[in-house]
Amino acid sequence: MIAMVVGREVTVALENGLHMAPASHVVDVARRTGCELLLRKGTTSVDGTSILDLLTLAAEKGSVLFVEARGERANEALEELEQLLTGRLGHR
Amino acid sequence: MELRRGVAVSPGVAIGPAVVLGAEGYRIPKRFVKANAVDQELSRYRHAINDVCVEIGESEKLISERLGKQYGAIFAAHIALARDPKLTREIEELIGQKNYSAEFAVSRTFRSYAKTIQNLGDRYFAERASDLFDLEKRILRQLLDVRREELTQLTSPVIVLAHNLSPGETANLDTRYVLGFATEVGGKSSHTAILAGALELPAVVGMGDFLEEVEGGETVIIDGNHGVLILNPDEETLREYRESEKRFKSVSVRLAEMGSLEPVTRDGVRINIHGNIEFPEETVHCLERGADGIGLYRTEFLYLGTDKIPTEEVHYDAYTRVLKSFPDKPVVIRTLDLGAEKIPGSMKEEFGDVPNPALGLRSIRLSLMQNELFRPQLRAILRAAVHGDIRVMFPLVSTQFECRHARLLLGDVKEELEEEGIPFRGDIPVGMMVEVPSAAILADEFAQMVDFFSIGTNDLIQYTLAVDRANPAVANLYSAADPAILRILKTVLKAAQGAGIPASICGQMGSDPIFMPLLVGMGYRDVSVTPHSIPELKQVVRSLTIPVCEEIVRHVQTLDVARDIENYLRGQVKKICPELEI
Repeated sequence: MIAMVVGREVTVALENGLHMAPASHVVDVARRTGCELLLRKGTTSVDGTSILDLLTLAAEKGSVLFVEARGERANEALEELEQLLTGRLGHR
Repeated sequence: MELRRGVAVSPGVAIGPAVVLGAEGYRIPKRFVKANAVDQELSRYRHAINDVCVEIGESEKLISERLGKQYGAIFAAHIALARDPKLTREIEELIGQKNYSAEFAVSRTFRSYAKTIQNLGDRYFAERASDLFDLEKRILRQLLDVRREELTQLTSPVIVLAHNLSPGETANLDTRYVLGFATEVGGKSSHTAILAGALELPAVVGMGDFLEEVEGGETVIIDGNHGVLILNPDEETLREYRESEKRFKSVSVRLAEMGSLEPVTRDGVRINIHGNIEFPEETVHCLERGADGIGLYRTEFLYLGTDKIPTEEVHYDAYTRVLKSFPDKPVVIRTLDLGAEKIPGSMKEEFGDVPNPALGLRSIRLSLMQNELFRPQLRAILRAAVHGDIRVMFPLVSTQFECRHARLLLGDVKEELEEEGIPFRGDIPVGMMVEVPSAAILADEFAQMVDFFSIGTNDLIQYTLAVDRANPAVANLYSAADPAILRILKTVLKAAQGAGIPASICGQMGSDPIFMPLLVGMGYRDVSVTPHSIPELKQVVRSLTIPVCEEIVRHVQTLDVARDIENYLRGQVKKICPELEI
């Protein structure tokens, strides 16, 4: 098993920001891929398995997040997160 | 010792140890638990979370099917929130290390997060705090309900103290062990109060905040005659109340002996006293006291205390059981009289919180809109009719169109049964409740459309005087003796007599002995009342003469304040029937 760490910057394109529904999707990605997810906005970083933490990030549309995934399926997780945050998975 | 006053809704005295039911919503009954109860508290918390997730999952399914998947997504988010690892860890730490009760830990944690989110500044995100409050409420409800379930496992006598008891909860109280109850909210004519009377449990409601001052297990006294709750009574008070408890029982026994006597005035006029019931079991109380039949069977209790909409068979069984007790006397079945928000299952989700349920989708309006609720009930009534003198009555009729519509559906159902070859009787009398001012104003028109009127004074008073009877702040405006109500009673009776149909009183006014002479004087000959008031009403009737009653009506017309009228009527009944305690 190789634990990979990958990360990149993503600009939130969701109309209402990272609100309840997409946030619960993030939690779902973490659960499904078994990865640790870290989302950072400015100086605040939060754990992608906690919907509460994700909400407290208050990532509205246009905010730039640094997203990091750690785990065997890190690439896959990061890919899905980017799609999710840029509004390509149906969230608004 | 501390004495607290509330609204007396069901007579009698009860003395016993208190069981304090968790207040609904945000008040937390107990903040800390003993060190050896921590494990149990943790497991209560975990069970509650599981149950809440199941509950949310059901809502998700329902809403997804009904409105589409995107609406269901929010519930998935709620589940993720309920299972949030950080939240769980914090709550479990509070319980495990600081001995917080599960309720207190949940509330503390949710509130602190809600505050953080509210302070984020962004309006959209700040609003998400309401999701947290929703979820907090759901979990607390679950935790408190579990505690409430303990009520069904009682093994020794208790007195129940609660913020509120729903009619369903009251109905399910185990009367072998529950001696009486007191609640913080509620008014004289709330369903819970009516039920307390039906179950013959001493009860006081509308006490205001008091739960925080009571500990479970301490001895309390409920004085349902005077609307008093005594916490920590001293020896002397206890002795006095034990005496009065005994006395009350002996008076009840004496009154019960009136069962075989007929309610006939001294000058020979027969007054028919029927019983109001909620459950088939209550026909026993009515029979014991010699009721002239069932004047009001409130069928909504078939819908409460269960999670499913009752089937035709459930209705049919209940009705035939009532008819078995009264095979040759009239039994009036009132069709569903609930608000949509109280119906189990999907209706609750769809029509949940509305600002004015009393003015909303309820009763006949709901029945006419939801055929799957109404038809099984109508079919069951027609089928049960082969066993006795059953009559059907529609509640809350407010327009003539509704009345025609309901009759039309009844006709449809008859044809349906006919085609299916199922035995039924189609010629049953069809009546309506007069409880909305519009129906009272057009009583002469309505009298042409139905076979009988029954006046539901509780709602009639509420709608006519614009008073919410459960709101202690305005409850004093709620009076059956208000001149406007008395005028309506006169008008409706006249309309009924003009059309040659009977009119009876089935609200609580009929059960109160002080109104009996007035009603008889106006010309009413039928009342339907809580079973326990039948003996004293018989006693009053047997002391009356028609001229005396008519004189009372004349005098009342000279008074214009409800309170004066009530006082005058009370004085008259005391004079006519001095042995009665009123």
